[in-house]
Amino acid sequence: MTHYVVRRIALAALILWAVSIAVFLLLRVAGGDPVVIQQGFNASPERIAQVHKELHLDEPYYQQYARWVQSMLTGDLGHSGVSGRAVIDEFTARVPVSFQLMVMTVAWTVLLGIPFGVISALRRNSPPDYIVRVFAVLGLSVPAFWVATLVLMIPAQRWGYAPPLNETTNIFSQPWANIRQMGPPSLVLALGSTASIMRLTRSQMLEVLRSDYVRTARAKGLNERVVVIRHALRNSLVPVVTILGLQVSGLLGGSVIVESIFNLRGLGQYIFAAILQKDFAVAQSLVMFTAAAAVLSTLAIDLLYVVLDPRIRYS
Amino acid sequence: MQPGGPQFELYARPSRLLTAFRTLRANPLGGVGLSIVLLMVVIAVFAPLFARYGINEYSAAPSHGPSAHNWFGTDRFGQDIYSRVIYGARISFQVGLLSVLLGVLAGLIIGSTSGYFGGWIDTVIQRFVDAAIAFPQLILLLIVVRTLGPSMRNVIVVIAIAIIPSTTRIIRGAALTEKNQLYVEAARAMGAADFRIVFRHVIPNVVPVAIVVSTTLLGAAILAESALSFLGLGIPPPNPSWGVDISTSRSSFPLNVWAALFPGIAISLTVLGFNFLGDTLRDILDPRLRGAR
Repeated sequence: MTHYVVRRIALAALILWAVSIAVFLLLRVAGGDPVVIQQGFNASPERIAQVHKELHLDEPYYQQYARWVQSMLTGDLGHSGVSGRAVIDEFTARVPVSFQLMVMTVAWTVLLGIPFGVISALRRNSPPDYIVRVFAVLGLSVPAFWVATLVLMIPAQRWGYAPPLNETTNIFSQPWANIRQMGPPSLVLALGSTASIMRLTRSQMLEVLRSDYVRTARAKGLNERVVVIRHALRNSLVPVVTILGLQVSGLLGGSVIVESIFNLRGLGQYIFAAILQKDFAVAQSLVMFTAAAAVLSTLAIDLLYVVLDPRIRYS
Repeated sequence: MQPGGPQFELYARPSRLLTAFRTLRANPLGGVGLSIVLLMVVIAVFAPLFARYGINEYSAAPSHGPSAHNWFGTDRFGQDIYSRVIYGARISFQVGLLSVLLGVLAGLIIGSTSGYFGGWIDTVIQRFVDAAIAFPQLILLLIVVRTLGPSMRNVIVVIAIAIIPSTTRIIRGAALTEKNQLYVEAARAMGAADFRIVFRHVIPNVVPVAIVVSTTLLGAAILAESALSFLGLGIPPPNPSWGVDISTSRSSFPLNVWAALFPGIAISLTVLGFNFLGDTLRDILDPRLRGAR
């Protein structure tokens, strides 16, 4: 087991190293000088050369890469080429927004996805089952950016209503404004994840309900409720937890589309702006953060299996 | 159920058409999906016959709701939304088909090679796949398009690249099973070279898996194109991409929900069609992939 964990951690480090090279090169291979984009096309050549020097963009790639890795390992994420602010300051200001969005999205997903998935499995081929299944397949087909656009446009056109769009609200000091701001985007994000959790819960429940131990539990006269919750649901949840974990790690880096549409100052909006402006320090740091979140949570989920399902052993 | 015995010969083997028809009857959702997809293909191919105006033609006063003249209303430039949605099908299907074709073809070759040869080749390829999967997908798309510049060709290339890693993984799994089949052993015993075995035996036998994967990927690719175009890093306006039109609707004044509504319905319907079709094909052709998504 220890051997397995060590190997997996080494592998995770290797993957992140490969990602770091990929993002470093992808940002630089072509597409114009970032300093020209950031300083404007009227900037004098001297000014541009000076900024190049300040940001070390005049050095060869291998030196830039070494410098970046070295500073990242010492916890220095560098400065934004656009605003000049330290990336870490902007990052810590934006993490709470994306984090809250993630928590609310996952809450909707669990509260709606699992119960309706169970109902759908228990009432197989009945109207409630059809409704859940149609919703699930719609949730996976409808583009989030479209729903988000309609969620903003329809109330605006009908009642002239708009949620707070130009400030970052705090859930503790301005709870009402915060819910008006974060509620709609979290629901839009939850559309797809709820759909996939519903489908998965349903198919897992159907499989488990057919198993011998559920028949045994029923045969020994257990209350149907105990059979469904204690025996069937519990055993259906392992893959559901896996997918939920992947959704959490995907949302940790923020959502580019939904944050941009609702003008939420989270990590997704930040990385999108950084990519558009070729802000190397910001884009690199955020990609590494998102990739690390993905790699580490995959590892955590694999290790969690051992706890959830004693039949699984790693060697 | 075929009863054994002599009367067996009384039954003719059902024709392919009949088999297909029965399959569709047993899977009504697959039939719905197929009909939606076929309808969209017809619309895309014969777009000029369905459209009432040109792509960038002024038709009536801007930002109006549906009327007898403009069935879906007009956008903020006074263009007919209905006609743009019709032409938009062309862009979606071009991008979807070409990117999935390129991506799945590459995944088919890389995945089969990886699974068949095993050993260090497999290890190296799979570690690359690991890294590519760890790279956040949408961000990868955004960075590459930002670097190459937004154009239809680049969007196709970028979506194809994004498709390769996951396809490679699935095909590799399928190739691992094929590799141990008797016919591969027989081919080897007859002295066939490894590459001949991969291209003539392994790849043709994992094609059903590739078809199932492609169907669902087609929907995903069309979604990706519209999202990129919506963000301004896909098909450049004034091309009638559905994503572009939803994005344009956001900056119209006075607001006109219709301009956002109809292109979105077109995207949802198309993706829904591919999802229904993909689910059904998966159930019919490859039960191993059930619940893979």
